[in-house]
Amino acid sequence: MTSRSRIPFFVAILLLIAAGISIAVWRHVELGIPWFTGEQKPVWMVEARIDFTGTGEPVLASMNIPDQPPGFRIISEQAASPGYGFSIVEDSGERRAEWSKRDINGPQTLYFKVQLVPDERVRTGNPRRRPKPEPVFWEEPQATAVEELLQQAAARSSTPESMTRELIKLLQPDGGAQNTTLLVSNDNYIDLLNRMLNHAGIPARIADGLALEDARRRQQLRPFLQIYDGTSWLTFDPRTAEQGLPENVLLWRQAATSLLDLVGGDDSEVSFSMLRQTVPALQLAQSQSSENGLGFLSLYQLPIEEQGMFRMLLLLPLGALVVAFMRIVVGIKTSGTFMPILIAVAFVQTTLIPGLIAFVSVVAIGLVMRGYLSSLNLLLVSRISALIILVIFITAGLSIVGYQMGFNTGMTVTFFPMVIIAWTIERMSILWEEEGAREVLVQSTGSLFVAVCAFLLMSTPLAEHLTFNFPELHFVVLGLILLMGQYTGYKLSELRRFHPMKAYD
Amino acid sequence: MGWISPFKLNQLGMLNMNRRNVDYIARYNSRMSYPLVDNKLKTKLVVAEYDVRTPRLLQVVRQQHEISHFRQMAEDLNGFAIKPAKGSGGKGITVITGRDGDEYVKASGARVSVAYLERHLSNILAGLYSLAGTPDVAIVENLVESIPELARYSFQGVPDIRIVVFQGYPVMAMLRLATKASDGKANLHQGAVGVGLNIANGRSLNAVQFNRPITLHPDTGLALDDIAIDDWQEMLVMASRCYEATGLGYMGVDLVVDVNEGPLLLELNARPGLAIQMANGRGLLPRLRQIEALRKPHFTPEDRAAFAMETFTAKV
Repeated sequence: MTSRSRIPFFVAILLLIAAGISIAVWRHVELGIPWFTGEQKPVWMVEARIDFTGTGEPVLASMNIPDQPPGFRIISEQAASPGYGFSIVEDSGERRAEWSKRDINGPQTLYFKVQLVPDERVRTGNPRRRPKPEPVFWEEPQATAVEELLQQAAARSSTPESMTRELIKLLQPDGGAQNTTLLVSNDNYIDLLNRMLNHAGIPARIADGLALEDARRRQQLRPFLQIYDGTSWLTFDPRTAEQGLPENVLLWRQAATSLLDLVGGDDSEVSFSMLRQTVPALQLAQSQSSENGLGFLSLYQLPIEEQGMFRMLLLLPLGALVVAFMRIVVGIKTSGTFMPILIAVAFVQTTLIPGLIAFVSVVAIGLVMRGYLSSLNLLLVSRISALIILVIFITAGLSIVGYQMGFNTGMTVTFFPMVIIAWTIERMSILWEEEGAREVLVQSTGSLFVAVCAFLLMSTPLAEHLTFNFPELHFVVLGLILLMGQYTGYKLSELRRFHPMKAYD
Repeated sequence: MGWISPFKLNQLGMLNMNRRNVDYIARYNSRMSYPLVDNKLKTKLVVAEYDVRTPRLLQVVRQQHEISHFRQMAEDLNGFAIKPAKGSGGKGITVITGRDGDEYVKASGARVSVAYLERHLSNILAGLYSLAGTPDVAIVENLVESIPELARYSFQGVPDIRIVVFQGYPVMAMLRLATKASDGKANLHQGAVGVGLNIANGRSLNAVQFNRPITLHPDTGLALDDIAIDDWQEMLVMASRCYEATGLGYMGVDLVVDVNEGPLLLELNARPGLAIQMANGRGLLPRLRQIEALRKPHFTPEDRAAFAMETFTAKV
């Protein structure tokens, strides 16, 4: 009977705990919610600056801005340019920032800022339509040289990637091909490479990258070569033929026709500055949760006031866990089952030592007053009601005395639940009459001890962080409490209580 | 500071609190039956149908205004006990053993006025002693006068016999003797003496106070090793009958032996404590398991009592 009825229960508990932990891990991975408080994440702040001179005509400046750069996640974008109209437009798959203003003369500066988080998992999205190589027309004598170079490269390669690598090597001055001198000059190199690859039937394009270094100013974009291998765009360093994007290089422009289009201005120049910041990882996760599909699982969407309430409320299960453990496994006597949790919650508000002093003095004064009430021969209900009023007077008195003495912690005793304190005083007083002072001492120290343990657990920053940011961990707490409900072993206190049984062994 | 290892306790078959709650009380005691034992008035009425006698009921005080009748009723009584119907662990029980002019004498020898008793009744009605703090009724019972053979062992209070009954089988028993420390009450945790009784013959085994083995009663100074209970079989049968009356699979039955009326049922307890094991010097678990393993249970209380006497001699 025992084993059969309990196996499904234990399996369910196991599933519950596993579910709690795996949801937490999943959210940690997907949303980046940190396990610990105070975890910092690097964030790059990149600022593009456009300088130009106005010519007295209406101006329209349109700059390409990053869209899904590989290796980075954009968390915010903003433009700073007083007096200009600004908007971000999406135009045939590329995102552009557009500034506009009617009459402009003289030098102008526009800024565009973007915040990025390094994220390995971000890849360039696959193109919706399969890119096709652009038709290229060559004039003699280049045509012959190009054909020859391409044949050499093709002979040494098997795939579009290796073909690209070989071609880059051939185009280097020491690449061993005579034809290069005819074709390559310094300012057409990347363009030439692009055209040759397209000519060879490999879709290729030029992307602009920005090497991110902390606190650098006036940086320029660096061209990178991208080819399409049939499934995705691959990035190459056009000089070294190194495949892949170096770390900390942000591809600012991909798949765009131009970086900046300017109408109504001269001498335009784009430069970049960048700064590495660290931002609390939690803040980062919160700012992203609304965009992410998993956001609905978190409490960040609630109004701040409710969030504050849940912060407190979600700590209660920890207190319940402590009480369950102390009573079931350790075997500490408390007065009232969940009294310790309520005291612990009050301690969280008042901090420990002032809370302890306030609580003990309220109960002690209350016990003295209860002694007088019992001599009045009152009915129980009115006695407790009178006690509630007295308890409020006592707390008010303590607060005033505390304030006059310069402890403003005295004010916080109001966090104690008055009705519960009144009942506690009544119970203690009856306990005193019936079982003696010793039992009162045992139960009240037991309650305070458990309350302090619960407080110590609930007041750790980690506990608050985990319970609020990973509410699913409460499944684990629930599982543990349910498990303890099935614990049929000896309590710690019973090992002591039953020790005279040694004599009968 | 003495400690005992859990393995040793297991070996001794000691039943512990958690196992009692999960494996015995939760499994064998249906919630439906609790009101029967948690309310002494209901207990009295239900066991009466099964030929289990209880102390004579003198008055039931259900409402505040009925307290005034108490004064008239108690006018010409010498001894009685006031109990809250839903009280537990002996809380709120006041025993009056005699009169001294206008005042009543409590079991402890203290003198109290009628007003004190009336206030006590009023407290009971308000639910001060009831398990969940709910309004209660007070019952006034005839005073039980213990037979002198047992009474002489006890300091003031009436000695009672606790029998743990599992599925209708009496499995373990002890005699509880009041002491000065327990204020004339038979509560072990307040310092009463527990004397383990051999189920086979009703003779004492060994005794404990505050969980420590003792040989002499601390107040009366009498040796506790040769107590014998008369009418032992009859008491076991009585305890066994309470199973049919309440349907509770695991309970404590508290009996007293009245000088005029013989064995009487004082109260039933659906959550009997574990100290009985200390008084007996052996654990409950082997006996409980032996009954759980029975293929063919006995149907009459007499058979069950006989089976218990045969099986649970002091050696098991």
